Amino acid sequence: MKLKNNIAIAENGFIFNAARGDSFTTNPIGIFILQGLKNNWDKARLCQEILVKYEIDEATCEKDLYDFLKMLKHYDLIEE
Amino acid sequence: MAKQRYERPVLKPLNGNITNKFGAQAGFIPHTHIDGLAVHALTAKYGSPLFVLSERTIRETYRQAYTAFSTRYPKVQFAWSYKTNYMNAVCNVFHQEGAWAEVVSSFEYEKALHNGVSGDKIIFNGPDKTEKDHRLAIQNNSLIHIDHLDELYSLVALADELKVRPRVAIRVNMDTGVQPMWDRFGFNYETGQAWDAINKILLADKLDLVGLHCHIGTFMLASQAYRIATQKMADLALQIRKQHQHQLQYIDMGGGFASKNTLKGAYLNGADLAPSFADYAEQICTALFNAGFELGELPLLILETGRALVDDAGYLLGSVLANKRLSDGRRATILDFGVNLLFTSFWYEHTISPAQACSQYAEDIVLYGPLCMNIDVIRESVKLPPLNRGDQVVVHRVGAYNMTQWMQFIALRPRIVMIDLAGESHLIRDAEDLDYLMQLERVPEHLKKFDL
Ligand SMILES: Cc1ncc(COP(=O)(O)O)c(C=O)c1O
Repeated sequence: MKLKNNIAIAENGFIFNAARGDSFTTNPIGIFILQGLKNNWDKARLCQEILVKYEIDEATCEKDLYDFLKMLKHYDLIEE
Repeated sequence: MAKQRYERPVLKPLNGNITNKFGAQAGFIPHTHIDGLAVHALTAKYGSPLFVLSERTIRETYRQAYTAFSTRYPKVQFAWSYKTNYMNAVCNVFHQEGAWAEVVSSFEYEKALHNGVSGDKIIFNGPDKTEKDHRLAIQNNSLIHIDHLDELYSLVALADELKVRPRVAIRVNMDTGVQPMWDRFGFNYETGQAWDAINKILLADKLDLVGLHCHIGTFMLASQAYRIATQKMADLALQIRKQHQHQLQYIDMGGGFASKNTLKGAYLNGADLAPSFADYAEQICTALFNAGFELGELPLLILETGRALVDDAGYLLGSVLANKRLSDGRRATILDFGVNLLFTSFWYEHTISPAQACSQYAEDIVLYGPLCMNIDVIRESVKLPPLNRGDQVVVHRVGAYNMTQWMQFIALRPRIVMIDLAGESHLIRDAEDLDYLMQLERVPEHLKKFDL
């Protein structure tokens, strides 16, 4: 699971896929996850880091993270 | 280091080529308090979901409406349309402000009496009045608005029997240029039905024809329709004066003013689209003034405004039960209230706010209620910041027709509270429970036992 090469992530949450010309916005936790993907964190690591940073239980964190990753995949921003 | 408030990650594609009709979305303002009381404190005390009514908003709205008319016409009387919201506490706020009662069924009639409205200040409308209802209304000297000829004949017979002259008006329907035309109630103006009914009443000389009534539709966005309607009503009144030398006491223009809710599919926001009370008053009062009444003979103007007087004062508070992703990729949030409590979500796009701090990052979501039914959709598509399980929301402008048309289906009805002028909350209707639900049920003896 890896962020594709040509993806730019701005601090304000603006995401640009230069390869396809698609743009997106995300919220701060979304940026946090994308940065994590850039650092090659896997799912378990991502979940762990979110739990350290945010006030949330593990089950919800995992559920939301998996959903977010699915959307990233759907929009062709990450590859397996 | 303290942990940050969690919000689920969202990803929103930006569509460069399709512009949003509302332009850039402004940040979301959470609605944390109602009349000074915290939403979370209200639901902690009374449970979720919860209907909340603001006494202050009801009174302020009523006064705006009354002022709009009374500054343009010397004789104005509002009658509170019970079906819009017949919680006794709500009715009594309107009665304290000076409104009479407008009812359309026997139980509403009895509710008005129970609330202490004197019989001669109750207007009895609608096609469904039994002989018993008529007798009671006659006894109490109420204003009976006749809907059809069958009612007219039975009233004449009753008047004969009781040796009294019931006070009546006829309901008139007409073409005001607005579709759909509400012609199933009352007597038609254009075809001469109304004039025939008037002649029948005056020639039979058993009923005291004191007024004329119309209700041209509901959520009327075109205020000019009221000018046309008023002209036609005044025209009938003046003809009666001329041909029968009979002077009517009032013209009742019914209800129908739009509230600030947004109709489904409307391009513009309801708050920007709905005419103000002043707009409606200008149309009606100008038409009445210019109709040609002798100055001393101007009729009393009665208004039966419903939704526009109470919609803004009502809120529905609820909680997020769950979030899910639909197979087509859309996000869905499931709330603890559905169309069972929010009947008006069938025709309004209700404004819904988060009740706690939230981010600016909105996503398109579908809002579902908790019923096991496909129709249970509160909003097909709404932009909201991501909501977590347990987060609360505030639905705005739900004061009209929800607390009377709510369904007792799958879920029991929740509490209703009213916040008074001092910021105190009062329970005005308790939550239903299983005893309440079953109190009218009877199980035949042979069905009382079974072995499984
Ligand atoms: C006779 C009559 N009067 C008043 C009303 C109140 O109407 P609204 O809520 O549109 O003001 C109604 C509602 O249908 C009605 O039928």
